[in-house]
Amino acid sequence: MKLIPTQVPLKNHRAQAAPCRSARRLARLAVVIGLTSAPLLGADEPAPAKFHGTDVTGYQLDYGFALKDTAGRELKIADFKGKVVYFFFGFTQCPVICPTALTRAAEIKRLLGADGEKLQVVFVTIDPERDTPEVLRSYAAAFDPSFLGLSTDPEKLKALSRSFKFTYSKVQTGSSYTMDHSTASYVFDPSGKIRLILRHEAPAADCADDIRKLLQEKTN
Amino acid sequence: MKPKYLIPLYFLATALAHSEVEVTAPWVRATVPNQKASGAFMELKSKNACKLVSASSLVAKTVEIHEMVMEGEVMKMRQIKSLDLPGDTTVKLSPAGYHVMLIGLKEQLKEGQVVELKLTFEKPGGELETMDVKAVVRPLANTGRGEGTMKH
Repeated sequence: MKLIPTQVPLKNHRAQAAPCRSARRLARLAVVIGLTSAPLLGADEPAPAKFHGTDVTGYQLDYGFALKDTAGRELKIADFKGKVVYFFFGFTQCPVICPTALTRAAEIKRLLGADGEKLQVVFVTIDPERDTPEVLRSYAAAFDPSFLGLSTDPEKLKALSRSFKFTYSKVQTGSSYTMDHSTASYVFDPSGKIRLILRHEAPAADCADDIRKLLQEKTN
Repeated sequence: MKPKYLIPLYFLATALAHSEVEVTAPWVRATVPNQKASGAFMELKSKNACKLVSASSLVAKTVEIHEMVMEGEVMKMRQIKSLDLPGDTTVKLSPAGYHVMLIGLKEQLKEGQVVELKLTFEKPGGELETMDVKAVVRPLANTGRGEGTMKH
């Protein structure tokens, strides 16, 4: 399944109440794929869907991005060659979705057993204003010592969200602000190509199953 | 659930049983140093219909009642003025929905620590009832699933 990205310029990202159209389109596509692929395949082809997650193999992601680790080093997706890289975009002040997603990521790693070493989980902050390197480092490590907390500047984050088609926006609430954001996780294969989108609600066992398949592809 | 939580939660839950509102298994998510916000979760059950109208705690500058909603795959969190508690019905405050937001934390919240919360409920006649809740701090890495449903 090929997803052709549609660049929709974001006029004012922060003030934008609705997520950008292209992201919605991707989300809708993901839902459509998820809902229709199983029965269709069941009727015409006996082979079941290869992955539990949404297969986005071939999607033309802009691979030129770099993110900063908490020591200030720039990391590119190519730096993780040989590992499955698992991206989640969130913010540390989120008491609900982000810790749940990272707890699942830690569970996925545990389920992979020895192969867990070949999984690199990356937490990218969408709230660089409050998520200082210090907070980011200890936050990511609280879920698993191998997890990396990465950040980028606001402009590059906007570009990244267009490329990954995730949405985020700052929303004033009461005395503070919060972030609305996409909750899916993005998985890259060991060659550094984006392959899967995992829904927030997907069980850890299904995600681990998918990642195991990606790790096996390399040797087959 | 780790067995070490069983005993403290038992006492915390039963200590409040005589009140109009029953609070079960209250907990707060641990934070890392300099993380300025966290959430408190619990189950509330009121004998008669009332509303949770405010909350406060000495550990945070501001405490708000929030609602988390998923719109498609996008998570949105909003402050709500009050949370309705229908009579004799359990309302869950969990990482999947309503929660009490601790904002502007004055200290790191460490696993095993107890956080005192003051919850204010409003009865239909407008009468206010304040209740002290002691919530145990659970690890940051914790889905909250199933852990708020303990009954004693």
